[in-house]
Amino acid sequence: MTDTAPLKEEAYRPPRSQWWDVWDQFSTHRGALIGTIVFLTIVFAVLIGPYLWTIEPTFIDIRARNQSPSFAHPLGTDQLGRDMLARMMAGGKVSIAVGFTAMLLSLLLGTLIGVLAGYFRRLDGPLMRLTDLFLALPLLPLLLVMVMLFRETLSARFGPETGVFILIVVAIGITSWMQTARIVRGDVLALKEREFVLAARSIGTPSRRMITRHVLPNVLSPVMVSATLGIANAIITESALSFLGLGFPPDFPTWGRLLFDAVDYLQQYPERVLWPGLAISFTVLSVNYMGDGLRDALDPRIRGR
Amino acid sequence: MFTFTLRRLLLAIPTLLFISLIIFLLLDFAPGDPTAQLPLTIPPEVKAKIRESLGLGEPIHIRYLLWLKQFAVAEPLHAFDATFGTHFGEGMQRVISWQTRSPVGDIIAQRMPQTLWVVGLSYVLGTLIALPIGVLSAYRQYSWFDQLGTFVSMVGYSVPTFFTGVLLIVIFAVNLGWFPSIYDTTHVVSDWDSFVFQVRQMVMPVAVLALYNAAQISRFMRASMLDNLGQDYVRTARAKGMSEKVVVLVHVLRNSMIPVVTVIALGVPTIFGGAIITEQVFKVNGLGQLLITAIYANDIPMVQTLTFIFAILIVLFNLIADVLYGILDPRIRYD
Amino acid sequence: MNFKTALLGAAAGSVMATAGLAERGSDGQVNIIYWQAPSIMTPYLSGGTKDLEAASLVLEPLARYNEKGNMVPYLAESVPTVENGGVSADLMSITWKLKPGLKWSDGTPLTSEDVKFTWEYCTAEGGGCAQSEKFNDVVAVETPDELTVVVRFGVAKPFPYGPFVGAQAPIIQKAQFAECLGPKAPECTDANFAPIGTGPFVVTEFRPNDVIQLKANENYRDPAKPAFANVVFKGGGDAAAAGRAVLETGEFDYAWNLQLAPEVLANMQAAGKGQVVSAFGTLVERIMVNLTDPSAELGDERGTAKHPHPILSDKAVRQALSMAIDRALLVEIGYGDAGRPTCNVLPAPEIYKSTANDACLVQDIEGAKKLLDEAGWTPGPDGVRVKDGKRLSLLFQSSTNAVRQDFQALIKQWWSEIGVETELKNIDASVFFGGDPGSPDTFQKFFADVEMYANNFDGTDPEAYMANWECKQAPRPETQWQGNNMPRYCSEAYDALVAEMAKTGDIGKRAELAKAMNDMLMQDYVIIPLVDRGRVSAHSNTLGGVVLNTWDSELWNAADWYRIK
Repeated sequence: MTDTAPLKEEAYRPPRSQWWDVWDQFSTHRGALIGTIVFLTIVFAVLIGPYLWTIEPTFIDIRARNQSPSFAHPLGTDQLGRDMLARMMAGGKVSIAVGFTAMLLSLLLGTLIGVLAGYFRRLDGPLMRLTDLFLALPLLPLLLVMVMLFRETLSARFGPETGVFILIVVAIGITSWMQTARIVRGDVLALKEREFVLAARSIGTPSRRMITRHVLPNVLSPVMVSATLGIANAIITESALSFLGLGFPPDFPTWGRLLFDAVDYLQQYPERVLWPGLAISFTVLSVNYMGDGLRDALDPRIRGR
Repeated sequence: MFTFTLRRLLLAIPTLLFISLIIFLLLDFAPGDPTAQLPLTIPPEVKAKIRESLGLGEPIHIRYLLWLKQFAVAEPLHAFDATFGTHFGEGMQRVISWQTRSPVGDIIAQRMPQTLWVVGLSYVLGTLIALPIGVLSAYRQYSWFDQLGTFVSMVGYSVPTFFTGVLLIVIFAVNLGWFPSIYDTTHVVSDWDSFVFQVRQMVMPVAVLALYNAAQISRFMRASMLDNLGQDYVRTARAKGMSEKVVVLVHVLRNSMIPVVTVIALGVPTIFGGAIITEQVFKVNGLGQLLITAIYANDIPMVQTLTFIFAILIVLFNLIADVLYGILDPRIRYD
Repeated sequence: MNFKTALLGAAAGSVMATAGLAERGSDGQVNIIYWQAPSIMTPYLSGGTKDLEAASLVLEPLARYNEKGNMVPYLAESVPTVENGGVSADLMSITWKLKPGLKWSDGTPLTSEDVKFTWEYCTAEGGGCAQSEKFNDVVAVETPDELTVVVRFGVAKPFPYGPFVGAQAPIIQKAQFAECLGPKAPECTDANFAPIGTGPFVVTEFRPNDVIQLKANENYRDPAKPAFANVVFKGGGDAAAAGRAVLETGEFDYAWNLQLAPEVLANMQAAGKGQVVSAFGTLVERIMVNLTDPSAELGDERGTAKHPHPILSDKAVRQALSMAIDRALLVEIGYGDAGRPTCNVLPAPEIYKSTANDACLVQDIEGAKKLLDEAGWTPGPDGVRVKDGKRLSLLFQSSTNAVRQDFQALIKQWWSEIGVETELKNIDASVFFGGDPGSPDTFQKFFADVEMYANNFDGTDPEAYMANWECKQAPRPETQWQGNNMPRYCSEAYDALVAEMAKTGDIGKRAELAKAMNDMLMQDYVIIPLVDRGRVSAHSNTLGGVVLNTWDSELWNAADWYRIK
């Protein structure tokens, strides 16, 4: 890479932002590249697919129920004769959207609280006790209360589907940030005493810059792990919420729900469990590899090696 | 460190009181009703009478204080009596479950063995598997071992236990007939055969849970090791001629433990919370099943007590984690 | 030759004799699994089906219903009637005679005092007895001698078999529960978990919400029964797991209430370890139609009689909704052999079953469209029918349950074919069936246009059940949203029928009245019945003597169960 390039050329190049370096490093990471391709394929399939495969995911063709994969139904049909391919695509759109947004929200909250608690000693006590409180709250009653309080208001303001989407994302987000917060705080506590932080502080770097320049980049890897685990978590939690009647309407497919519904039919129609199971696993795996690549690419010690 | 621990322990009391109040308010506020599961043939007037007999007519602050007294005074006294044969707690009302009309404490005690056997063991196993996998995957990053570990742990984490559990039952209980599909909670281990039976009935639930736990912990272990392997002190240590084993297993591992300790400390209390889905699938009927049935039945005293014990453990283990940070990295100071 | 025949005959005779006169406890252990675990062993403190069925192994009533819905004496000599003089001519009292020589499982004799005490226990103030309805209008229970019980009612009771009959109201022992009256009831944990009974089994260990272990009752009245020495009664898991344990792995002998998709059950049965049994009772899966306006803008007055429903007040719409449904297909998909299409909300017993509404058994999409056209509902640009600016758009709610969600999806499709738009909503059962007035999602509040659930009645007498649709039973803010009249149906003619039934004693006339009420509800289309749901259970091939009974506890004849060798 750079060290093999002649020095002369370097001088003529326009100034490059560090993001190009990051991209260079990222694109040489084989896992990350494959992960990105797989992930983009899934996203495209889910977004563009419904325009090519125009069967309605909720359309019931009762004569065609419980069919194995065939030309008319590439992934088979379910117990009511609904096309599984159409349901997988419709479900994927929701699951990926919910998984990503909820994960980002919980990551944001977790990292924010973790960094604040770890960096500012005065905030540590109150924020960590708040974390304890959230960890202790029983999830199900909490969700029931949220739904009772907010579902109608949100549906009225944003329409039923967007309203439920916001509700679910927020519900998952605010009930899953605690682990990230504890982990980030633990790392920040240790980082704060490291030489480079002391050095930066001794030259009078303000806290905001300390956090963004020195602390955050160094807690990136546990955050990345939390992110990948968080997506899987959010997709499954969404299905649990819908199952409890706290989420989307019952005829609205999502991957988690398709998986749940198919478990009863595991022995007769194993392929029906396979599709959503594979889809969730592939999404999570691809995000994991993208995360790996991103982490390596953002690490200046590895970059340029 | 000692004064820090002491101060935190004292501070835990008001924290826990506050948490218990919030939990109580939340449960009271949540929609639901203890008579919801009764057949519809029971008329509404009778349901109203039942609610009254459960004490739901009292104002909320009275109910909260009553629970607090029962939990914090009557239950410990009763436990003391039971251990030492004294009679301090006689005549005091204990926390009574609405579903079973029996003391909550007794039921929790009854559920402990199977929870510890299954959920506890799977956590220990999961951790023991995860740590070496995490270390080795990081040390040999992108080797076939690392790739396989990544694949297994990601699939293990993203495929939910309600599926893996049923899959195992169908394969090993239905088709092969190796293990029982239903856990016998009354089984007593007294000799070799009964021990073998206990192992057989534990294999599947423990495997499912251990996979799930190991997946999570090994990811954090690996990421944290990777962070540290590139640090300057590793190069220094190697340059000083330390053996690779010492470098990795003493220096790097110790410094990588902070996030892992956090995750494990967060995980230990969840053992007590039980594994709701896995217990359901294998009919283990431990604390997780107790909690979920109590939530569905709106058995507030039971839910409140279980969640509160859970809260105590959370506060305690997070404190332990904080103390461990100080030991792992002596530069961390809390005072 | 003769000698040989005689020998064979004797051998056959002895085999028959052993089958008839098996020794108590000779068949070892029987394993029963209920996917809902019992939490307590007395029906008086819980009322949940799981609890009273578990209790029926231990506690017995004076009389039970058999599998045909007929009353059979258990602790009583015979069933008292007006004809045999057991019920007084003015219907104000009933006299029960106990079988002589009955013993509790602790060896003490059962007397009329115990029966009287049972009444006192359930009606004690502050006890929250779940079965107190069974003792409605009882003013006194008299015990002229040790074996005679006279129950006196405050009003004429055409159906005097509420108290002490069926799995809901068994006799408990006075000596054991004497200190447990009223508010003290929950303190008697030992008695509540291991009641002393007269039934075939005795509790040895009770783990609430987990497992019950029982052994044969030494003092059971039939010295040859029960055939099983031990019972393990496991609870927990889900219906699929329970079915699997009986039908596929053979770990258990009996599984209760397997509400699973027919093909899943058929597949499990194919493993050859056990068989599925089903029987019909009075349980009907139905759609309730809301006659009041549930829209949120009405604030406190939403869902009350002050505001009739903007579209469902039109009978043609309600009728069209019913006509568009293919009930036979619903049965095929959701229940298989354990269901049958029904057009009545009162499907059984036979004498109460109306045939006036059977036209609904055939789906009639075209007829439904025509009906709507005639009523002035014309299809709009998006296919949804409109009239006076009101769209035929409905919110359809139900509790969370795989079969119900399939039904919702199917019905939504059929309704869309006749130009009705449907939004589906499912609610967690513990919220939906909970009477919490604070929650907007209960089935009583019914803040939706139509809702689906199942209901039935205890025993064989529909009087209380049919009274559910009186005007005054409508849930409304004044009643803290309690009441069983979900459609908020209100008709003077109906109320008059209810009042008449309450004072009619003749069984033929009662049947006529009940049918008339059923027909009125059906022909007004305020309730759309879908499926008459049977109960499905499964037992292993080696368990004999199982007679599935939907009128009483499923375990009603556990004393007669035996192991097929």
